[in-house]
Amino acid sequence: MSTESRTIRTDALSRVEGEGAMYVRIRDGQVDEVKLRIYEPPRFFEALLRGRAFTEPPDITARICGICPVAYQLSACAAIEDACGVEAPVPIELLRRLIYCGEWVESHGLHVAMLHAPDYLGYESAIAMARDHPAIVERGLQIKKAGNAIVELVGGRAIHPVNVRLGGFHRAPVPRELEPLAEQLQRARELAFEAVRWTATLPIPDHDEDYEFVALSHPDRYPIESGRLASSGGLDLAPAEYDEHFVEEQVPHSNALHSRLRDGGSYLCGPLARYALNSARLSPLARQAAQDAGLGPVCRNPFQSIIVRSVEILYALDEALRLIGSYEQPDRPAVAVAPRAATGYGWTEAPRGLLYHRYRIDGNGTVLDAKIVPPTSQNQLRIEQDLYGIVLENIGLDDELLRLRCEQAIRNHDPCISCSTHFLTLEVDRR
Amino acid sequence: VTALVLGIGNDWRGDDAAGLEVARRLRATGVRAVEREGDASGLLDAWYGERDVILVDAVHSGAVPGTIHHLDARARPLPAVLFRASTHHFGVAEAVELGRCLGRLPQRLELYGIEGGRFEAGRGLTPEVGGAVEDVTAELSRRLRRPGFPARAARGS
Repeated sequence: MSTESRTIRTDALSRVEGEGAMYVRIRDGQVDEVKLRIYEPPRFFEALLRGRAFTEPPDITARICGICPVAYQLSACAAIEDACGVEAPVPIELLRRLIYCGEWVESHGLHVAMLHAPDYLGYESAIAMARDHPAIVERGLQIKKAGNAIVELVGGRAIHPVNVRLGGFHRAPVPRELEPLAEQLQRARELAFEAVRWTATLPIPDHDEDYEFVALSHPDRYPIESGRLASSGGLDLAPAEYDEHFVEEQVPHSNALHSRLRDGGSYLCGPLARYALNSARLSPLARQAAQDAGLGPVCRNPFQSIIVRSVEILYALDEALRLIGSYEQPDRPAVAVAPRAATGYGWTEAPRGLLYHRYRIDGNGTVLDAKIVPPTSQNQLRIEQDLYGIVLENIGLDDELLRLRCEQAIRNHDPCISCSTHFLTLEVDRR
Repeated sequence: VTALVLGIGNDWRGDDAAGLEVARRLRATGVRAVEREGDASGLLDAWYGERDVILVDAVHSGAVPGTIHHLDARARPLPAVLFRASTHHFGVAEAVELGRCLGRLPQRLELYGIEGGRFEAGRGLTPEVGGAVEDVTAELSRRLRRPGFPARAARGS
């Protein structure tokens, strides 16, 4: 056995959202320590929400992330509407699902083609990859553009949409506005179907992890904007029960909080979890594509997340087309929401996984207290465990190859460090 | 065919709003100018089918705040280090290089980079950057009114 010690580190991880670093220490051929350090400064959103009006969190929290603002807006709406005892009528709920489909397509589209694919094909960036594989990048851009078009049409603009409000929307589109969008989405759906097939041809490392999956689940549709929380360990929770079962802890090496199950360890949220707990509720087209790509009903290989994400893009486009096909303009774009002294709980499935919000408001509608748990802080501990196993399996690789494999492993979960601080440098220390 | 000005930036990050401000001022005088947040795919879409495009963005090279950099993005890659203020590490420099690989660059693509001094959260330009915004607006206004949109007279960086 080797008696050398090695350190593998990346001081500024690329192709992730935000600023972070990775550190791996190897002693005598064993993995001694793995740390995913998130050093992007915390932004104290929860504190700045205190004292604001109950109508403001959807717009304020949307600014936490330029990639998934809709997720923040809709989790905030869900929690505050819960506090106020209001349930949005079905047409508004469906319109929320439509804009959310757009955000999934935008976010996953960028990640699959620009951020993650270069890892599989051996390029340092999407630009280097585009020189040899322009068609892959071009297709990714077309798919992402379709997502932008949904968010822009329903949300008023493609980044930081302005049309979402408590109780619904400022304005609901009239049906004929959606017709040209449907044509664009049909073309994008064909590209997305091809993209799933293509991801299945990538050289995917063999590696299985024993995940505790946590995702929303809904009896008759794939979870996006609503559902109960389910887990592979058997949890079945309403939003108000989240805090009883999950805890957030500070760790010295990261500005992001680590979440874990109160009576257990780490868990994984995001595409692999959603898929494992809900694959039967994908549309027939998405299910067929998943099957053709070699996925079973549950996928435990994190390196196959690029396939699962592509299946979710296809589903989101298929679902958006279904929603447009059956769209009926709501009588009113929003329902009235009156404040009352209460605590409200809400969650949705952001592209990267479960996004939980909790607000306590008083009778005048002032926010007294806010809690936001983004997917990346829930996954941080689990990503470190993935790295542990992947380093152990690949310990014979030289430092540079090992570093690349570790970066790929981090990107398997598309961490959004901007959201969780509340980017990435990689360090492997072997001695 | 008239040139398109793309002002890039974030209104909530101090001097990062410089490009947006130039675009707004030019549009108010009838120039074709739009604002963008700077993500690469959005920029590629924004200049799709355009012949002459001028990007205006705040940059961060270590020069004196308010310094105006003028670069020909067709001739050579934009130094990525200029765009520390771009989000997601997939911004203006990447959009230009991706466009080059995909054959999707306008015939003319220039960048006016305005050196920022303050990129912290909050609204408002520093006085030096406010002055540079006026200068770039005036220069573009002048150039864009001349027939055939002549090349920029050589001077400074």
